[in-house]
Amino acid sequence: MSAALLIFFVLAGLAVFGAVALILQSHPIHSALSLILVMLSLAGLYLLMGAEFVAAVQIIVYGGAVMVLFVFVIMLLNAGEEERTNFSKLATFAGVPLALALGGVIAAAIARSSGHLPAPAANGALTPTRELSKLLFSEFVYPFELTSFLILVAILGALVLAQRERN
Amino acid sequence: MNPILAQYGFLIVPIIKVILLVFIVLTADAYLTWLERKVIGHIQARWGPYRVGPHGLLQPLADGAKFILKEDPLPDGVDKKAYFFAPFLTLMLSLTSLAVIPFGPDVTILGYKTNFGIADINISLLALFAITALSVYGIALAGWGSNNKYSLLGGLRSSAQMISYELSMTLSVVGVLLMAGTLSLKEIVEMQNTGNLGFLGWNIIGFSKDGFGLTQIIGCLCFFISAIAETNRVPFDLPEAESELVAGYHTEYASMKFAMFFIGEYTAMITVSCLSTILFFGGWLSPFPASWTLTHYFPSIILVPLGLWVFFDGIRYETIFGRIVLPAVGGLLTLAGIGLFASHTVNEAIQGPFWFFVKVFAALFFYIWMRGTLPRFRYDQLMDFGWKVLLPVSIANVVLTSTYLLWRMHG
Repeated sequence: MSAALLIFFVLAGLAVFGAVALILQSHPIHSALSLILVMLSLAGLYLLMGAEFVAAVQIIVYGGAVMVLFVFVIMLLNAGEEERTNFSKLATFAGVPLALALGGVIAAAIARSSGHLPAPAANGALTPTRELSKLLFSEFVYPFELTSFLILVAILGALVLAQRERN
Repeated sequence: MNPILAQYGFLIVPIIKVILLVFIVLTADAYLTWLERKVIGHIQARWGPYRVGPHGLLQPLADGAKFILKEDPLPDGVDKKAYFFAPFLTLMLSLTSLAVIPFGPDVTILGYKTNFGIADINISLLALFAITALSVYGIALAGWGSNNKYSLLGGLRSSAQMISYELSMTLSVVGVLLMAGTLSLKEIVEMQNTGNLGFLGWNIIGFSKDGFGLTQIIGCLCFFISAIAETNRVPFDLPEAESELVAGYHTEYASMKFAMFFIGEYTAMITVSCLSTILFFGGWLSPFPASWTLTHYFPSIILVPLGLWVFFDGIRYETIFGRIVLPAVGGLLTLAGIGLFASHTVNEAIQGPFWFFVKVFAALFFYIWMRGTLPRFRYDQLMDFGWKVLLPVSIANVVLTSTYLLWRMHG
C-alpha cells in the first residue's frame, strides 16, 4: 500500500468517524466538534489531491469561521444535552429505506465509473494558487461574481431580519 | 557532504530544527513573562521581580517549578472532554503556527542547504491563518467546558472577538500580497529586498527598486491592531478581564493546564511579532543599504558592551548565580561579539537572524508597552471598532493598493 493511499484511508476514516459521531453525540457542542473533525479531514484529503489552496481555505472558512459561529451560537444559547427520543414512525418506514437506497445509488455510481475517473495528481504535484486565481478571474468570473452577489444578498437579508424589531 | 546527511537529511534536519525551535520558544516565553513584568514594573514606577536571582532573572524558573508542583483540582460538573482538550489544543496550535515562519535566509551547514525555519511551503501565510483560525476553539472550549459563568462569558467574548477581528486581519495583509504576488513568507521578504534602498524598501515604506512605491502603513496598523485582538492582549483582553471575569476562560484551570494557556498566549505573541516583522518590516533584511558593509558589525557592537555589562554587574553579587553564572554568560557574550568581529563568514551568516531577532524583540516590546499604557476597551467599543473602523479601512487599503498596481501596469 502506498503512503498516499494509507493517508487517504486514515483521513477518510477520520471523516466518516466524525460524521457518525456528529449524529450520535447527545450534546450539541460535541456534535459541532465532530463536524470540525470532518472539515479538517476533508482539508487533508484536498491536500492529498494536490489542492493546497482549497485545503487551506477549507480550514480557514469551514474549520474556522463557519464552525466558530456554530460553536458560538450553541454556547450563547447555552443548549443542553439533547434527549434521546425513539425513532419516529416516519423515520423508520420512510427515512431508513430512503437513506439506504441513496447510499446504494451513490455506491453503484462510484463503482461503475471508478474505471474512468481521472486520477488525482499522483506525483504529489500541487496546483499553484496563481493558476487557480487566474481561472477564477477569467473563465469562471461570472459564477464567481454571482456567488459573491448571493452572499451579499444573504448579508443584507440578515441585516434586515436583525433590524426588524427596531422599526 | 556527509553521505548519511545527503540521504536522510530530509528527515534528520527537520527533527533537529523542531527540537531546537521548541526549546528556544519555550525559553523565550518564560523570559518574555520576566521582561513583561520588568517593563510594566518600570512603566508603573515599580521594580518588577527582583528577589529571585539578580534582577529577578530566576523568576521564570521559580514560576515553572510552581506550575509543576501546584495541585491540579478538577472542578465539579465540568465537561471532561472539552476541559482536558482545550489547553492542549491552545498550546499545540500556537506552537504549530511557528513552523511556517522563516527566521532568516536559506543557510548551508556542513554542505546541506536548508531553509531557516521548519517548513518552507509556498502558501505559508494561508497555512498560518488556517492555524490561527482554529486557535479560537481552545479558548471557547475552555470557557464552555469549565462549568463556570465567568469562564463561559470569557469564552463567548473571545469567540465573538476572534470572529470580528479575523476578518480585518486577513484583509489587512491583502495589500502586501498584491504587491508581492505570492503567499510564501520567504518570497514576501525577498520582495522587500531592494539592495541599496535599505529600510525604504520594506512594505511599511514600500519603495520598489525603480523608485516608485506605495506604503502599506495602513495595512500594517490594521494588521497589528487586529492581531493584538486575536491574541487577547491589552487593550483587547476582554476574554480574561480580571476585574470583570476573575480570569475569564481560564478561571477554573490550575497548575500545568493553566501554564499551557499561558505559554500558548505568549507563543501567539511571538508568532504575531514574527509575522508583522516579515510582512511589513522586511523580515531578516538589514535596515541599511547593502553597500554599507560596516553596518555588518552591528551584532558585535551590541554583543560586546552587553556582555561586559553583564560580567561586571554579575561579579558584584554575593549569590552563586550572580557571582558565577552571570559573569560566565557575560564573558561568553563578549567572546561571541569578538568572535563575530574576527570571523567574516560567521558574521555574514548571522546578519539575517540578528536583524530578525531585533525586529521581533522591538515588536514584543511594543506589545508590552501597550499593556502598560492603555486601558481596556468596553465590549461595545470593541465590536464597533472592529466592524466600523478596522474592516472598512482594511478594505480601503485593498482598493488603494489594487488601483496603484493597475496604474503601474498601464500608466
